[in-house]
Amino acid sequence: MKDSPVSMAEANHSAAYRLQNVERRRGDAFRLLIDDLVIEPGEVLCLVGPTGAGKSTLLSLLSGLAPIDGGQLWFGGHPLHERPLPLAKLRTIAAVTQRPLPMLGSTRRNVECGLRWRGVSDRNERIDGVLARLRLAEIASQSASRLSGGQLQLVALARALVLRPDVLLLDEPTAALDPARVALVESLLADERSARPTTIVWATHHLYQARRVADRVVLLLDGRVIETEATERFFDTPSDPRTAAFVRGEMIY
Amino acid sequence: MTDFTDLWPILGLSLQVALSAVLLSVLVAAPLGTWLGLSAWSRSTWVRALVYTGMALPPVVVGLAIYLLLSASGPLGSLGWLFTPQAMILAQTILDIPFVTGITMTAVAAVPEDLHFQARALGASPMQARFAVLREARGGLFLAVATALGRSMSEVGAVWMVGGNIEGHTRVLTTAVVLETGKGNFAFALVLGGVLLAVALALNLAVLRWQDRPLP
Repeated sequence: MKDSPVSMAEANHSAAYRLQNVERRRGDAFRLLIDDLVIEPGEVLCLVGPTGAGKSTLLSLLSGLAPIDGGQLWFGGHPLHERPLPLAKLRTIAAVTQRPLPMLGSTRRNVECGLRWRGVSDRNERIDGVLARLRLAEIASQSASRLSGGQLQLVALARALVLRPDVLLLDEPTAALDPARVALVESLLADERSARPTTIVWATHHLYQARRVADRVVLLLDGRVIETEATERFFDTPSDPRTAAFVRGEMIY
Repeated sequence: MTDFTDLWPILGLSLQVALSAVLLSVLVAAPLGTWLGLSAWSRSTWVRALVYTGMALPPVVVGLAIYLLLSASGPLGSLGWLFTPQAMILAQTILDIPFVTGITMTAVAAVPEDLHFQARALGASPMQARFAVLREARGGLFLAVATALGRSMSEVGAVWMVGGNIEGHTRVLTTAVVLETGKGNFAFALVLGGVLLAVALALNLAVLRWQDRPLP
């Protein structure tokens, strides 16, 4: 039975994202083929999987900015596979890319950019707050192009957090950070979620991190979902042998 | 003609023609170069070859083409622009456009592609994201302006052909140098040349001061 577009839109409204047979291709080959994945509003969903599994590609699709080559991808009630998100809805999503780039100007100016683009006039208090919480106040006036990799990663997080988005897409946001700052970021994101409902899709290579922060974990392999499971079950009683092997730290193919 | 009071209108017109041409060419070519730089066109060998060939446009050929366009029997003859500063500005603008387009295109294309995505992912509209990329390419934009200024200040063939080097009307520093040299007034020609260089230096200093001012 085929759902009518209206009832489908209503059914998908309750989920943050619903993906059905979503394809992303490069040439003839699949880079990503997601049969069925629902992302619930307010959850932290961790994407794990070996390098090249498609985590970043999936995040780029969720950002609403990358073309979809097939299937259906709903964001709220909006069919992304049919038409692009209007700007107002795009602005409820903020993404931190894997290799953040500094923009010309100071750290502060970098953190300010998203608010500036939104035409928010009362920016200073919000910017100061985020800079302080990420311990970036001291380098606020430094040129962003001179920051270290770790500092830049924190600035990239600040650029997204200052926007107070409904959806936060994070691509290995703590890969360049020291353990203390990893803990800082994790607790800050937890605070963020208790302050307002935020859906977080978080790609990470650190299994312990996924275990700490995730409500559910998705294992990707070769662009396909191998297993989606609540965090505890994902790690303790995975149903797929490849998940079990991956959790043990073995190479999977 | 060695009276130095003649210098001021010549200098004034030189500045007026050069600055107008730079402004007009930037208005046309900076958006064009940005668009090309952001699109796949900037990777096309043919597009790059055409833009770079535009930089090699011989001024006398442009002068000839504009002369024919603006002459009384030409398609734009009714404008009455031949032998006016407007004709000189038009010629200089056309000569500047390939430089501003090419340098802007190359500078924009050199900005990492991820920056555009990053801006959009932080909520920039398509237009805001283009400006964010252009901002990263600002060094190239300043180079484009400096190049266009230099070319416009020093060009002689086209402005002579379409302006006519009429005293008090279309005489600029470069055409005056040619004229005074022909008349044997080497001292005044040298002064004019020195003034030309001094003005070019002052303009470049102004552009660089603006470029180097601290960003917020």
